[in-house]
Amino acid sequence: MSDQTSNATTTHRAHDPAHVRVELLSNPIYLSGARELVGAVAKRLGFDDLACSKIALAVDEALCNVIRHGYDRAEDRPIWISLWPLTEDGGKGIRIVIEDEAKQVDPEAMKGRELDDIKPGGLGVHIIKEVMDTVEYEKRETLGMRVTMLKHAPAQPVPEVTRHASQGARA
Amino acid sequence: MSDAVINVEKTDNPPATIVAPQGNVDMSTSPELRQALRSALDSSPARLIVDLSDVSYMDSSGLATLVEAMRTAKSSPRIPMVLCGLNDTVRAIFEIARLHQFFEIAPSRDDAMQTA
Repeated sequence: MSDQTSNATTTHRAHDPAHVRVELLSNPIYLSGARELVGAVAKRLGFDDLACSKIALAVDEALCNVIRHGYDRAEDRPIWISLWPLTEDGGKGIRIVIEDEAKQVDPEAMKGRELDDIKPGGLGVHIIKEVMDTVEYEKRETLGMRVTMLKHAPAQPVPEVTRHASQGARA
Repeated sequence: MSDAVINVEKTDNPPATIVAPQGNVDMSTSPELRQALRSALDSSPARLIVDLSDVSYMDSSGLATLVEAMRTAKSSPRIPMVLCGLNDTVRAIFEIARLHQFFEIAPSRDDAMQTA
């Protein structure tokens, strides 16, 4: 787990048009729809069911943070979710960017609380960083915040039949 | 407005109050779960069982609601509180938040009845 993102990767990808991009209002009733969308895309990008639900959870937590802290629970403000497949180094995965027009905060302040202190609330950032491989918060150029999250899919084992056929072809 | 469904049931043998939410427990539905748990705890049941068998998804809002209820249950007078019926998705968030050891968790409602 890391909360650092390669600047080169971020810069390069930032100019690629998103494969999926949706705008929703900051109303909690739309959280379930956002989760279903992200989970379904993650499934097609090579994640198993449990991983998809965890990725959807990370997105849910990021959206809740925007609604709760960024927009002070206002339900009529915009949030954008953008998705890209990850194809770096021959692997698979998903890149998720969530943007808003909420008040800007110091990205360094986006830290989860200590888990030893058991109390209601404050778990969202910790869950996001625990689930995703890379998480980066930044201020958008004009107003609002952007969080970029990467998750790599586990490498698929080569099926026995394919490996044997390949070895036979070389022989 | 959410469409949360939360069943509350009372049993005599053994005496217990069972709170059983259904569907998704997230930011839009957790206030209703919080209200149901507060009402249940206010009646000082012999034990409180939170049956999550029909919960397909839970986020940190739901977790926070359960933490709040557990803290109330542990205060004087103590009310035994047990969770049960967690599916893999729901269990995962407890483990990510490292709260699976804070709660008493039983596999099923029957097990929870024996445990509480």
